Amino acid sequence: MDIVVCGKIIPASTVTIEIDPATKRMIRKGVAHELDPAAASAVEEGLRLMEQEGGTVTLVTMGFNEITIGVRTALAMGATSAVHIFDDALAGSDALATAKALAAAIGKKPFDLIICGTESSDSYSGIVPGQVARLLGVPPVTFANEMSVEGNTLTVKRQSESGYDVVEADLPALVTVTSGINEPRYPQLKGIMAAKRKEIVQYSAADLGLGAGDVGEAGARERVLEVGRPPRREAGDVVEDDGDGGKRIADFLAEAKVI
Amino acid sequence: MSDVIWVYGEVVDGAVTSTTLEMVTKAAAVGTAEAILLGPAPDDAVALLGEHGASKVYVSPDPVFRDYLTLPAATVVESLIRQHKPALVLFASSYGGRDVAAALSAALDCGAITDVADFTLTDGAVEAKIPALGASYWNTATLVHDDVKLLLVRPKSFEPAPNPKTPVVEEVAAPADAELCKVRLKEKVVAKAEGPQLDGARIVVSGGRGLAAEENFDMLRELADLLGGAVGATRAVVDSGWVPYSLQIGQTGKTVKPDLYIACGISGAVQHLAGMKDSKLIVAVNKDAEAPIFQMCDLGIVGDVFKVVPQLIEEIKARR
Repeated sequence: MDIVVCGKIIPASTVTIEIDPATKRMIRKGVAHELDPAAASAVEEGLRLMEQEGGTVTLVTMGFNEITIGVRTALAMGATSAVHIFDDALAGSDALATAKALAAAIGKKPFDLIICGTESSDSYSGIVPGQVARLLGVPPVTFANEMSVEGNTLTVKRQSESGYDVVEADLPALVTVTSGINEPRYPQLKGIMAAKRKEIVQYSAADLGLGAGDVGEAGARERVLEVGRPPRREAGDVVEDDGDGGKRIADFLAEAKVI
Repeated sequence: MSDVIWVYGEVVDGAVTSTTLEMVTKAAAVGTAEAILLGPAPDDAVALLGEHGASKVYVSPDPVFRDYLTLPAATVVESLIRQHKPALVLFASSYGGRDVAAALSAALDCGAITDVADFTLTDGAVEAKIPALGASYWNTATLVHDDVKLLLVRPKSFEPAPNPKTPVVEEVAAPADAELCKVRLKEKVVAKAEGPQLDGARIVVSGGRGLAAEENFDMLRELADLLGGAVGATRAVVDSGWVPYSLQIGQTGKTVKPDLYIACGISGAVQHLAGMKDSKLIVAVNKDAEAPIFQMCDLGIVGDVFKVVPQLIEEIKARR
């Protein structure tokens, strides 16, 4: 079974992400990066499926040089190989432009299943997987809390407003997984060593047949006009608990006529 | 320029969702509101959409839209858009809405702005307000192409309000293509609802990783019961499996705007703040004085949640 995991390498959780007022984009260059935890869950799910069914897991990602570290993490976890879409012309791509690049790279080889996180942990748009599925003409199954493959059928437990839905689709398909679906494995030394020998294929926009009208700033349909800080909510009283913290809250609730 | 704004309506658990009505209200205030309602819907659905300002409703009661996800709806809405050319189509940032919007964006090669909290439409140009990076920024974004534009709207961004219209109803045909039936809904499982629902709760008692273990949520349930409120949780807690996803508050969970929000053992990650920052009153209990939640609460207690919350429960009982 040939599995593609589509994931993002994002500024590390220890980094406070800022927006550059000039470009109105997140400042990504020069900050520490890591494999998005949402993508790590997708990699983990792909690896479990590969361990069960055989085949390959290929990470497909897009970004500049800083992200190689995250690509290596996925390979060290056990992904077979990686595709890194890497081109300055891609900077400023919006969700649809990103989806076009990912879909073009994925479409270069046959696949059975694409696994993505439900949304990245830095920009949360959550629409790239659905766009990729539509561009590749495969059915999208989103928000999987559990998934399994039997023969040619993918079955998931999909989160719903009131519980979950059991949803199935025929392969090839695209599935998005929630972060609760698994606990991603940590790369072990053996995996880290093995990752150094694994292939990372690099594609430019031109390799993918994408021109300036498709991707990057020029191809983006969405443009950020203004970046602002919201008015700060005024902080109220913050006090150390001297043994009467619960009473203080009760007083506050009484004053607010809640109790 | 067209000022027609479509709302992709959703029926969940047998009722038109409140986000649908919020969007119709807003659309009618900004332009001419029309709604789409695909799949089986309650009898009063069209009237309800009209009451909130929809002047036209495209409907199909065909179960294909309920039993097969995303593809039949995306296909029908795509052809409706090509035929009628609305200026904007609004979708809820919901499970169903997001999937249909994503498919349409790719099919029509048009932009989609996600996480929209407010928008304007002027001569066909849209400007959307988006809380970015967990609402630490407010971005204003636009879509630069001429044809239809898609917006994914955060729940509770607008107040539903009466604006009675008698909508024209146009029945649309369901697609008969088996290719569109590839994502099959086999079963709906309703999780046991515990206590009042988060949506619409006036008081929310919410727990984070600081509660340390699943069973400690019992204390929050007791507090919520006493106050007549609902229990919520952070993503970390839901991911740990302590409580079901339906209780998750935050950017990827529910957005709540209660009169009172009591945050217990919650540090205040941007992901969580995005879902509760508009609560009228916020009370926080956390052992870490540096926790970001303390920068936005009305009352903060730096202390042990296992001491403060039981004392609060006793105090409330004593004052009854």
